[in-house]
Amino acid sequence: MRKVAIYGKGGIGKSTTTQNTVAGLAEMGKKVMVIGCDPKADSTRLLLGGLQQKTVLDTLREEGEEVELEDIIKPGYRNTRCTESGGPEPGVGCAGRGIITSVNLLEQLGAFDDEWDLDYVFYDVLGDVVCGGFAMPIRDGKAEEIYIVCSGEMMAMYAANNICKGILKYADTGGVRLGGLICNSRNVDNERQMIEELAKKIGTQMIHFVPRNNFVQRAEINRQTVIEYDPTHVQADEYRALATKIDQNKMFVIPKPLEIEELEALLIEFGIAN
Amino acid sequence: MLLRHTSKEVKEREGLTINPAKTCQPIGAMYAALGIHGCLPHSHGSQGCCSYHRSTLTRHYKEPVMAATSSFTEGASVFGGQANLLAAIDTIFSVYEPDIIAVHSTCLSETIGDDLQQITRKANDDGKIPEGKRVIFASTPSFIGSHVTGYANMVTGIAQQFAVSTGAKKNQINIVAGWMEPSDMREIKRLAKELGVKIVLFPDTSDVLDAPQTGKHEFYPKGGTTIPELESIGDSLHSIALGSISAEPAAIALEKKCKVPFETLEVPIGLTATDRFIMSLSEIGGVTVPDEITADRGRLVDVIADMEQYLYGKRVALFGDPDQLVPLTEFLLDLNMKPVQIVSGTPGQRFEKTMREILDARSPETKFKNGIGADMFLLHQWMKNEPVDLLIGNTYGKYMARDEDVPFIRFGFPILDRIGHSYFPNVGYSGGLRLVEKILTALLDRQDRDALEEKFELVM
Repeated sequence: MRKVAIYGKGGIGKSTTTQNTVAGLAEMGKKVMVIGCDPKADSTRLLLGGLQQKTVLDTLREEGEEVELEDIIKPGYRNTRCTESGGPEPGVGCAGRGIITSVNLLEQLGAFDDEWDLDYVFYDVLGDVVCGGFAMPIRDGKAEEIYIVCSGEMMAMYAANNICKGILKYADTGGVRLGGLICNSRNVDNERQMIEELAKKIGTQMIHFVPRNNFVQRAEINRQTVIEYDPTHVQADEYRALATKIDQNKMFVIPKPLEIEELEALLIEFGIAN
Repeated sequence: MLLRHTSKEVKEREGLTINPAKTCQPIGAMYAALGIHGCLPHSHGSQGCCSYHRSTLTRHYKEPVMAATSSFTEGASVFGGQANLLAAIDTIFSVYEPDIIAVHSTCLSETIGDDLQQITRKANDDGKIPEGKRVIFASTPSFIGSHVTGYANMVTGIAQQFAVSTGAKKNQINIVAGWMEPSDMREIKRLAKELGVKIVLFPDTSDVLDAPQTGKHEFYPKGGTTIPELESIGDSLHSIALGSISAEPAAIALEKKCKVPFETLEVPIGLTATDRFIMSLSEIGGVTVPDEITADRGRLVDVIADMEQYLYGKRVALFGDPDQLVPLTEFLLDLNMKPVQIVSGTPGQRFEKTMREILDARSPETKFKNGIGADMFLLHQWMKNEPVDLLIGNTYGKYMARDEDVPFIRFGFPILDRIGHSYFPNVGYSGGLRLVEKILTALLDRQDRDALEEKFELVM
């Protein structure tokens, strides 16, 4: 079983990319579980055809100890197993602790057990690694490979670099490795070259360049992944390509995050700052 | 009337616990860690946590309890406690020289998400753990479970992090001690020795928290399960977990890691639970029960038979921890007493199910509750509505006993105002005898106190 965590700046398209890629893997016949680690609980919407009705934490709050696996894991597109950690409403409580609690609970309930015959577990994690809770998916024994979704926009690259710093701490002592950057294009000038260069400097690869296509939006409005909504569409092939590349990926590294000056120099070199 | 505000009317409460029948996870973790030889417990959190846990254990045992803390400040809560713990490990090994540091987390370090596994591994990678020394850890957030959960988590950590399986089986049986006193652990070892079965008992706080006065203070007393013993548990033939809440998780972990099969029994308190323990140990160990043990049993049965008239039908309220309450309830039923009201603050459906099984057949009218809402306030209300002849529980019960003028026996954790628990066991047949003696003394003293002059008996 491969355990994958997807990180990236807020709004970059982590959930969309994750679900479309998972759809690609599921189409290849892989058994995948997706764990949404975001209080907004929208990491499985496209696979389930709508928002998960009850998150792990909702269920825990209402049912107490009597939570059962089938209450919190729902079958999605092509029998992907979908679950959402959930969390507090904005402005109260501790979302990070929520992720710790729900990932622990999933483990206790045997969500990762052999009987499910999983090929992949995907953790879709909110925004940056901002606290111990958001690092939960990369703690020892959990996710072993990480992909960072980014684009050629400065703040997305900045966030990607920051996430690498987070990974470094756990890579040093645990087994977690960076598998690559996924460029979710925003049609920035020289975007592909810039992310390739950033990846090279960090010591990893740009595993795929997902071109911008409004069709993704349309599928999303229809609560479906592109592959489900229109399997023949050219964008579906992009996600299939990404899924295949992840499936065949052999490059797992301990990242070397850049100093901020280096990052800025990169941006200047590729012309954004002009 | 210190509890004069306790009303008779029981109302459904949603959010309020009054006088909880439980305490913090780290107290249990600290206690378990003291049952390893040469171990310094370490509290990964703010200083106040550590002080409270140490002082409660100190007051219960009247022995100095040593423990270190990561001393979180505001900075540590923002940036995480890794730097504090790494510095602490360095200092502890160079100044206090334990063989083992057993780190447990606290509410604060858990909430900010400190990963003890990652930090202790880093300490190791950075060369902060001297050759032959060990740092183990357990996650013990107090917002889950109780002190019993914390004990179970540390014992599980001990099993997981020490056990090695070398492939060569050792002719010995692991006994995972559920929460019990040093005196109880000593008695378990004595029974095994008398049976002729080689056991490894862990944790083992005898000779740690009941250490004799020798005129010289030993920072690490001679008791406690040793590192070689703990490493060998992975090669044992079998494990017996004494207590489904406090001991079984460790036995499960050991089975997972080293394939050591296990069975779970109750803490051997009282006649029936001790019978099961002795039979099980003799079966697994392939030995016959020696006459001495049979005679001990006979003496207990004799006393019960002799004094049955004073025990029969007496109504008892009890509170405490699940692994003690289950066998105690069973024992009270064996004594033909009526355990009518039972409360434990420790959550868990397992307790409810076991209690239901025991009580349904023999005392279906008994009220019992555990987990959320099961506090001493509720028990006190029950006692007001349906008075009892005896209250059994930890020191905190003395207020209810005084208010309701009910005889009271101190049993469980913590006992802060009497001694004896560290020295006289509750487990085994001799423990059963001690309990019967205590119960009779309490009941008969009361009978004497209240007897009219013409009914004041010389012989009872």
